[in-house]
Amino acid sequence: MKHTLAVLVENKSGVLSRVASLFSRRGYNIDSLAVGVTEDPDISRITIVVHGDDHVLEQVTKQLNKLIDVIKVSDIGADDAVERELALIKVAADVDTRSEIMQIANIFRARIVDVAPKSMTVEVTGDENKIQAIEKLLRQFGIKEMVRTGKIAMVRGPKKV
Amino acid sequence: MTTGSTEKVNGAKALIKCLEKEGVDTLFGYPGGQIIPFYNELYDSDLHHILVRHEQAAAHAADGYARATGKTGVCVSTSGPGATNLVTGIATAYMDSVPIVALTGQVPTSLIGNDAFQEADITGITQPITKHNYLVQKAEDIPRIVKEAFHIASTGRPGPVLIDLPKDVQNTEIDLQYPDRVELRGYKPTYKGNTQQIKRAAEEIANSCRPIIYAGGGVISSNASAELVELAETIMAPVTTTLMGISSIPTEHPLYVGMLGMHGCKYANYAIQESDLIIAVGARFDDRVTGKIESFAPNARIIHIDVDPAEISKNVKVHVPIVGDAKQVLKSLNKYVQRCKSEEWIEKVNQWKKEYPLTYRKSQDTIMPQFVIEQVSEACRDAIIVTEVGQHQMWAAQFFKYSKPRTFLTSGGLGTMGYGFPAAMGAKVGRPDKTVINIAGDGSFQMNSQELATVVQNDIPVVNVILNNGYLGMVRQWQELFYDRRYSYTFIKGSVDFVKLAEAYGALGLRAERPSEVRPAIEEAVRSGRPAVVEVIVECEANVYPMVPAGAAINEIIDLEEH
Repeated sequence: MKHTLAVLVENKSGVLSRVASLFSRRGYNIDSLAVGVTEDPDISRITIVVHGDDHVLEQVTKQLNKLIDVIKVSDIGADDAVERELALIKVAADVDTRSEIMQIANIFRARIVDVAPKSMTVEVTGDENKIQAIEKLLRQFGIKEMVRTGKIAMVRGPKKV
Repeated sequence: MTTGSTEKVNGAKALIKCLEKEGVDTLFGYPGGQIIPFYNELYDSDLHHILVRHEQAAAHAADGYARATGKTGVCVSTSGPGATNLVTGIATAYMDSVPIVALTGQVPTSLIGNDAFQEADITGITQPITKHNYLVQKAEDIPRIVKEAFHIASTGRPGPVLIDLPKDVQNTEIDLQYPDRVELRGYKPTYKGNTQQIKRAAEEIANSCRPIIYAGGGVISSNASAELVELAETIMAPVTTTLMGISSIPTEHPLYVGMLGMHGCKYANYAIQESDLIIAVGARFDDRVTGKIESFAPNARIIHIDVDPAEISKNVKVHVPIVGDAKQVLKSLNKYVQRCKSEEWIEKVNQWKKEYPLTYRKSQDTIMPQFVIEQVSEACRDAIIVTEVGQHQMWAAQFFKYSKPRTFLTSGGLGTMGYGFPAAMGAKVGRPDKTVINIAGDGSFQMNSQELATVVQNDIPVVNVILNNGYLGMVRQWQELFYDRRYSYTFIKGSVDFVKLAEAYGALGLRAERPSEVRPAIEEAVRSGRPAVVEVIVECEANVYPMVPAGAAINEIIDLEEH
């Protein structure tokens, strides 16, 4: 079972390493991780996707809360949250395939952010499934390189984490 | 946030003033290149500094000081090897939740990350074994960081905090203003238990016929012994303790059933296995306690009181969790409980007590190690007992009669050989009014025997009672029982003449080779008022029983008569 955790932390050096080392030390697996500042410059938000049963999730949450620099840990349920990842995909492209790739990009509301004689770079945003879907379609042209961010998530409606 | 006037001082002096504000009077440490500015200021201060002979001993001494007094212990070292030598001591304190603050020198900020001489990333290294740590980047941060460090170390679930101090930070002048409170939005321990949960616990107790209280080190660190005994007497439940919980209830209390677990009393293990309700207080269901976890207390409901929410339901499923300080929670629980229907149960437990007492094979000619502990117990009733790690540690847990909390100091979680002597030194510095005895093995004692120099130079009259069996006894016991008596590298007989070793350092050295010599030697050492070593030549292949083999259920017990 996958869980998305939003972890609010003090925006200080060394905090990410404390969080990451806690996962490795206690034997929890991180599926994805994204870090950035928030509306408050003193607070960073780490979004962690972790898999495990309820017992593991409970332990992860409690152990994270024990870190002095962790301010708050929230489990964001997939049903009532907006979840996004971003990927840049460099695809092999020439005159014959360029327009087909652009069509696929359009369907996924992805953007072409770079074009060269033998390649195109597609920027796509969405949840995990969408990114997997476009990746699968673009594979036939030859993916030269791909980079993905970790997932970020926000609860729908007026509620804050 | 701050009070009083400001004054201009350098970072090192600021640190000393901050330590004084925190009520620190004693430091255990060892100087070196990157901590010289601090030692330079220490030279003029009123702080009492004990110069150890190895930094590991400084950390253990701060730990022993903290356990014996309840105050936060402080140790100091230089950067690099000085700091890494503290690591075992810090890890020991972390595993047993002991409040210490470790101060380490660091190379100047301009050199950090350059693999400079005596540079080590000590905040990185100690991250998993400290409650929190700091690398001070700016001298102005020193007052806030010291305030936070002592707050974090001593509150909630206590633990070690390390402050790494680059040399230039120690030299930079600042306007010193000491904050009078801390602002840590990510750290708010819960002390008062939830009232609803406490009432639920009281109901569980009222419905129980076979309750047992399982007390751990948390009872001692929160000074909750009186409340624990009151609970036991009110509801009439037997009390078992973990190794860390020993001394939280007097050994001779009629409701006490001794330590449980791997080397626990048979009756304690039987009682916990057959109980219908476990009231766990400040304990963490460690593997040495539960044995095979699937078979642990199969019919018991569990109330778990702990200040650390992460301990609840970590190893066993808990029915009534109560997060809070043991003392506060027990105090309010005691208001709701009454005597439960445990008469038959108590009778059964007492029957077990009679049937399966802790015992050993007595001898007229050979000194049995358990006999030595009994003699220490009779000769020094009110002593603080400190131990190293191994067989002697278990015998000290089993055969000494404790009467007051904070009188049994041992490395329970990490199991650090070499802990006892320096910790005893720290305990004696913190409690000079008490007799402090380190029960040691001939193996463990050699791990920090250099501290004989420290106790002699600083006149710290600690008595070391070394149970010399010529083996690394606990490993030898495992080899005997589980590895066909293949005593691979556990034979150490004739390592050193401990009496001459003591004398070489200027301490008192005594030896007992016959049972009749044991008591007089212990008494002479204590009476001398000097740092002392009493070497007792004991039966070399005595085993610690009862014993639950690793991985077995805790009622599957190997006992004396089977071997």
